[in-house]
Amino acid sequence: MVRIIGFFVGLFFAVMALWAFGTGLYNQITSPPEKTAASVFHRQPRELRLSSDGWLGDWRGQDNEQLQRGFQVYKEVCSACHSLNHVAFRDLTEIGYSQAEVKAIAAGFMVPGVDPTTGEANLRPGTPTDYFPKPFANDIAARAANHNAIPPDLSLITKARDGGAAYVYSLITGFQPIPPELKKQFPDFDTPPGLYFNPYFANLNLAMPPPLRSNGQVEYKDGTNPTVDQMAKDVAAFLVWTAEPSLGKRHQTGFVVLGFLLFATVLAYLAKKQVWAENKQEFAVEESPRRKAA
Amino acid sequence: MSFPWARHYEPKAPFMRWMDEKLPLPRLIFNAVGAGYPVPRNLNYWWNFGVLAGFCLGLQIVTGVILAMHYAPNATVAFDSTEHIMRDVNWGWLLRYAHSNGASAFFVVLYIHIFRGFFYGSYKPPREMVWLLGVTIFLLAMATAFMGYVLPWGQMSFWGAKVITGLFSAIPFVGEPLQIWLLGGYAPDNAALNRFFSLHFLLPFVIAGFVILHIWALHIPGSSNPTGVEVKDESDTVPFHPYYTAKDGFGLGVFLIVYCLFVFFLPNYLGHADNYIPANPIATPAEIVPEWYFWPYYAILRSFTVALHVPFTNVTIIDAKLLGVTAMFSSILLWFFLPWLDRSPVRSGHYRPVFRKYFWLLVIDLLVLGYCGGKPAEEPFVMIAQIASAYYFLHFLVILPLVSAFERPEPLPFSITEAVLGSDKKAVLGENTSPAT
Ligand code: HEC
Ligand code: HEM
Repeated sequence: MVRIIGFFVGLFFAVMALWAFGTGLYNQITSPPEKTAASVFHRQPRELRLSSDGWLGDWRGQDNEQLQRGFQVYKEVCSACHSLNHVAFRDLTEIGYSQAEVKAIAAGFMVPGVDPTTGEANLRPGTPTDYFPKPFANDIAARAANHNAIPPDLSLITKARDGGAAYVYSLITGFQPIPPELKKQFPDFDTPPGLYFNPYFANLNLAMPPPLRSNGQVEYKDGTNPTVDQMAKDVAAFLVWTAEPSLGKRHQTGFVVLGFLLFATVLAYLAKKQVWAENKQEFAVEESPRRKAA
Repeated sequence: MSFPWARHYEPKAPFMRWMDEKLPLPRLIFNAVGAGYPVPRNLNYWWNFGVLAGFCLGLQIVTGVILAMHYAPNATVAFDSTEHIMRDVNWGWLLRYAHSNGASAFFVVLYIHIFRGFFYGSYKPPREMVWLLGVTIFLLAMATAFMGYVLPWGQMSFWGAKVITGLFSAIPFVGEPLQIWLLGGYAPDNAALNRFFSLHFLLPFVIAGFVILHIWALHIPGSSNPTGVEVKDESDTVPFHPYYTAKDGFGLGVFLIVYCLFVFFLPNYLGHADNYIPANPIATPAEIVPEWYFWPYYAILRSFTVALHVPFTNVTIIDAKLLGVTAMFSSILLWFFLPWLDRSPVRSGHYRPVFRKYFWLLVIDLLVLGYCGGKPAEEPFVMIAQIASAYYFLHFLVILPLVSAFERPEPLPFSITEAVLGSDKKAVLGENTSPAT
């Protein structure tokens, strides 16, 4: 009975799936989907090499000089529009700043506070335990200032986009005029006023104005030449760190754990081999009490 | 239960003798996974995965309970609290990665465990109950993982919850109210997050209960083995300890190496980038994709794109969505009927030449379904998935019963001992060369 019912249920589902297949195939042939500008001209991120890359990434320690440069780019450029909600000033000691430097950096930001005499909301200089302040009071203010787009929080951005740091690097160096081939192929395509063309962004037009416009936009203290490309790399590296401050520690721990596991597994293998040594022969089966009685 | 030659527990130390009288727990362990449990001597490494599944469950419970100490199930802070775990809790990143990759590891192990059962006919008598309990565990694990994935309250958490609970709205008449009741609102929000957390905490312990029943039911006939020939004599078995404790120990080491490669070096490889974006009810992600272990069923769901009509009219009998949902749930529920669909008296695929070919086709079919389920709902992926879905149902409900009726199995060894040693002194000439019915 089970098999008879099952037989018809199986045939039913199979026929419906194949029917759907036929319908889909017919639609594909009669009205193939049209290409869009984004499907043809969207580009994969450019290659970017960082010390945090790959399996060995940061396991001998981070490139703190680059992270500090990247932090400087964030502070002087991106922080005007983008928040960094998950990072506190105290975290900056992990990229090589001293306690005193962190104090000074925090004091340079005004964070929301409460007036101790009147109890009214006010702004006060930050302390190391504070988190980075948000540039806009709320989403409505953020939209109003950015052509109806909200600049996303950057703390996790390199984990929240396919391509990670390479995507951020490509995006902020990828602004360009609309290529003539695109115009030829899709005459209707346009970049509305207030938006900017960027082939690395999924739908090609985004509301962020090119943030890094000229070499020397920030002044590096360590003597590195602040080209647009260099600044973009540095800020991408910094955003890898903000997304996962424990990355270096994770890799270091991983090597110790794997080393131990390899050792333990070899031992376990040898133990198993020894226990099983006689299985291919006739067992010297221990006489159990019952057997003896029989 | 167990075989007459099973060793008996004889406590020697006075404390153990006292314990055996008051609460014979050591005796239970001795008889269940100790020297008192005789096991076929020819089990291969595919038999390691049951123990590994148990290990994964334990791992999820331990890491999960500690995560729950730091996690806050409230829609306004859930996302931030997982980031708090990642950044501020001592070794919190390790706990979270161990738990999220532990879920994936659990499903890898379960899939292998289940396919071991498919190939070696482990679902056949006398082990039907073991199989039924196993399928139940799989369903519970899927529910647990689905609700766990909602907890970090990222974009995929939110939209995944919305899509999956939306499946219930396909049920005629009661669907819409049912979805609202399940979610505690019109869309996933605090009410949904709280109940998902509560159930996500509870279900693993329910699973643990079912695991105990699963093992209990298994120990009545004892384990099957790669030949599928039942144990006949003492020479066919070895005591679980030390033979299989040693083998499982080695297997666990290999498993942990692979698992730790993911935890420490590729912790986000199996996840989706969008889940690092906080849930946003007004921004639909470009693609809503579940975790990889749901991809085959997601592909089946999306394969049913046309409604069932009364022929030559526009009267719909079952709309496409309901059809997809029914097919998706049926695709796993039909596993419950496997012991009665496949009536071949021979268990092991090694001795079933026709069955074996279809088995490998099923493996490929599931991989294809999984691949398509992880891709956007575009052509050619939907069309490929439609063919694969059709095969999936034909395999279990049409091909398997027919093959089991018409196939001529190859001769079986007389006994496990003969299979291992090449001869068995007690072998009776002619017995088992053609399988008994
Ligand atoms: C003038 C304000 C402004 C500044 C300065 C700015 N951004 Fe943006 N950014 C935006 C806006 C607005 C968006 C949202 C764009 C959209 O969704 O169309 C955005 C989006 C982004 C995105 C996400 C794109 C995506 O995939 O959704 C990244 C990454 C980014 N910005 C990086 C940066 C970096 C790095 C800097 C500093 C070098 C920076 N931005 C400086 C306004 C700004
Ligand atoms: C059957 C076993 C289990 C499975 C398959 C499972 C699966 C999952 C999954 C897939 C996630 C999302 C992970 C992420 O995106 O980070 C998750 C999160 C979580 N689970 Fe479990 N889990 C299991 C057992 C448990 C148990 C026993 C507990 C606690 C009692 C627990 C507590 C949690 C908590 C608090 C989270 C949210 C924190 C986070 O996202 O990292 N889990 N689980």
